[in-house]
Amino acid sequence: MTDEHIETYAQDFRSYCIGGLLALVLTGLAFGIVIFEILPHFERLLALAVLAVTQIIVHFRYFLHIGWHSHRDDLQLVLFTSLILFLMVGGTIWILFNLHERMM
Amino acid sequence: MKRQTVLHPGLNLGSADEYSHAQSEPVIFGFWVFLMADLVLFAILFATYASMSVQGQAGGPSPTDVFDLPSAFIETMLLLGSSITFGMASLALKYKADRLHLVLWLLLTFCLGAGFIGMEVRDFWIMMQQGAVPQRSGFLSAFYMLVATHGLHVTAGLLWMIILLVQLRVLGRTTAVKLRLMRLALFWHMLDIVWVCIFTFVYLFGVAL
Repeated sequence: MTDEHIETYAQDFRSYCIGGLLALVLTGLAFGIVIFEILPHFERLLALAVLAVTQIIVHFRYFLHIGWHSHRDDLQLVLFTSLILFLMVGGTIWILFNLHERMM
Repeated sequence: MKRQTVLHPGLNLGSADEYSHAQSEPVIFGFWVFLMADLVLFAILFATYASMSVQGQAGGPSPTDVFDLPSAFIETMLLLGSSITFGMASLALKYKADRLHLVLWLLLTFCLGAGFIGMEVRDFWIMMQQGAVPQRSGFLSAFYMLVATHGLHVTAGLLWMIILLVQLRVLGRTTAVKLRLMRLALFWHMLDIVWVCIFTFVYLFGVAL
């Protein structure tokens, strides 16, 4: 390996290590909250959702190397897909739970 | 710190292999479009599960009755571990001139992935022994549909990994094989992200609700 490669290797290696470590901590916290029944009911669900979103961002950033400095297209592709997913999942849940309440 | 030229999301080969790096942009971007479309499939299954798991229990078992959290935790660790070992395989692909490192990391990834699938099948088996079969309720139909679709993706990834190991042996580290391995890496990391949603919104929410 040339000097430049040693430097980029260290950079890439660090990325996976940081990502792995953060993912482990976040997963541990999520399971810990449920198993040891920390926090009241609603806050527990909220904390789980926040931990999941954080972990997804960590995976995208450190394992899939998506960041602000990557190609504009890629980030826009991911953000646009997130918007579509949010609309579809959010909309489905909204409509079905609303319908469910009316049917009770 | 030196910034590497980034042509596509995922680990770029960069100056470690200029030729393959130049070839990689269109195929990897195309694969990203597929991955995002695949996420749409999972999103709809998640939305179905979210409503079914609450409204569709039909007097049958509830999530708390059938989910085994320690088992889900082990599966999570196996899949997360395999994501990290695949990262090490990607680094070996990019920086190490020999095949040995790459093949060993891929084999380790394969074992972890196979362990994950084994645990999942065991979970399903135990659930079905307790009468929690897919046709019991809407909740269980949606559960098996979502989790098994993910499991099927992981199985496809394992099969893909075997094929690429054979190609590495037969063809060596050519540009085509490198680009295929990079796409498999993206697929694998993406499946780990889907699993993060499954263990949170299916297993943990199911028990915490």
